[in-house]
Amino acid sequence: MMLIKKTIDLLKSLSLYELVIGMALTGRYFFSKKVTIQYPEERTPQSPRFRGLHALRRYPNGEERCIACKLCEAVCPALAITIESEMREDNTRRTTRYDIDLTKCIFCGFCEESCPVDAIVETRIFDYHGEQRGDLLYTKEMLLEVGDKNEKQIAIDRQQEAKYR
Amino acid sequence: MEDILFNYFPSAANIIWIILKIIAIVIPLMISVAYLTYFERKVIGYMQGRIGPNRVGYFGLLQPIADALKLMFKEIILPTKSNKFLFFLAPILTIAPAFAAWAVIPFDIGLVLADVNAGLLYILAMTSIAVYGVIIAGWASNSKYAFLGSLRSAAQIVSYEIAMGFSLVGVLMCANSLNLSQIVLGQSGGLSQWYIWPLFPLFIIYFISAVAETNRAPFDVAEGESEIVAGFHVEYSGMAFAVFFLAEYANMILVSMLAALMFLGGWLSPVEFIPDGAPWLFVKVGFLLFFFLWFRATFPRYRYDQIMRLGWKVFIPITLFWIVFIGIMMQTPYQGMFH
Repeated sequence: MMLIKKTIDLLKSLSLYELVIGMALTGRYFFSKKVTIQYPEERTPQSPRFRGLHALRRYPNGEERCIACKLCEAVCPALAITIESEMREDNTRRTTRYDIDLTKCIFCGFCEESCPVDAIVETRIFDYHGEQRGDLLYTKEMLLEVGDKNEKQIAIDRQQEAKYR
Repeated sequence: MEDILFNYFPSAANIIWIILKIIAIVIPLMISVAYLTYFERKVIGYMQGRIGPNRVGYFGLLQPIADALKLMFKEIILPTKSNKFLFFLAPILTIAPAFAAWAVIPFDIGLVLADVNAGLLYILAMTSIAVYGVIIAGWASNSKYAFLGSLRSAAQIVSYEIAMGFSLVGVLMCANSLNLSQIVLGQSGGLSQWYIWPLFPLFIIYFISAVAETNRAPFDVAEGESEIVAGFHVEYSGMAFAVFFLAEYANMILVSMLAALMFLGGWLSPVEFIPDGAPWLFVKVGFLLFFFLWFRATFPRYRYDQIMRLGWKVFIPITLFWIVFIGIMMQTPYQGMFH
């Protein structure tokens, strides 16, 4: 039996049997459908829970949502959020400073979860960049601008996820 | 026109005429080398379910030109305490034989730069010189990594040259000639007369040795891009590196060309009703080159000792056996099979 097995093995290796099998496989893949997604033109589908660039939201009347409770600052595991607040003339507490250092941020989404008024959210935007040191330190104004620009999509995503929260 | 030139300036016109012929061979060769790199990236991409380069020009067709421009503008770094003369001699010594060997390649009946009778010997001699480029590159770099890489490459190239040479001996026995045109003409008479059939084991061994000889996957331990970056040419950058790269691809085309001439009937048509011609040769070469890329997309890299074992303990005995077998068969009534 050993001899037969050895002979078969020898014949197999001399006839390059396994190499042909391997080449048949790659040969089939040569004609297969290509999986490449040509990024700027094509994009992969995203979940409504996608955690990308942060945004600060406003109420429909234009009032900013954030009430400077600092829960996000406290929960942030990367210590990426810095908040300072003051009493405004109408006796409400508002932030004077709301910085997120995106180079520190780990995009865990805890800030969004901790927020009682849905003010800080993470959007679907993932392709942003900074060209200088400090460009990725987002200030309150920048975050509000992101929110204003993408409010429609943000609202749809929150709506879809509302029943799970 | 040609006659007038030769009558008035016999030697000068002759030299210019030869130089023109050399240019007519080398320029298309350079272009095909450039597009072989493009073709390689496309084929390997397709086999991995990707689409390959498609951004520069239509279908990425200008990609090789973009690559060449990039390499030209990069700095050539000379390592400290390296031997400057040898450092720059090495790439030239690698690429020159790869191009020089084309002098005796016949593209059609009479369509050959130098129709020498010892054409095959000339090619074997030329391809053997290339190994000096590898050794000198490794030594002149003044780097232990380049040096060890060059030793590995050189040992591999030398080992497989033997098996390659022996498999060509089989062709010589069938063709009774060292002249490449004669070898091709010996195969005339359709598909069934090609030397690939009586010499099938030698063809397989020739082709595998050719892959090893050109340091291509799965025998590319010397380059081993996924583990050791590069072998003998680690210290080269910019155009000096590009020359090594060119030489590798020019050698691929050369060995495929040889295989097509020796075993696949060169420019001869496989069927009666389609005329012979150079296009047949290019189709055959392209087919064989596709196999080079197919191998690279399929096989994992050999271990170094396995490469040596395969070359010395498998290929050389098999080729020797087959040569003796052919020799014996030629003394029997079956000699017609081997012409």
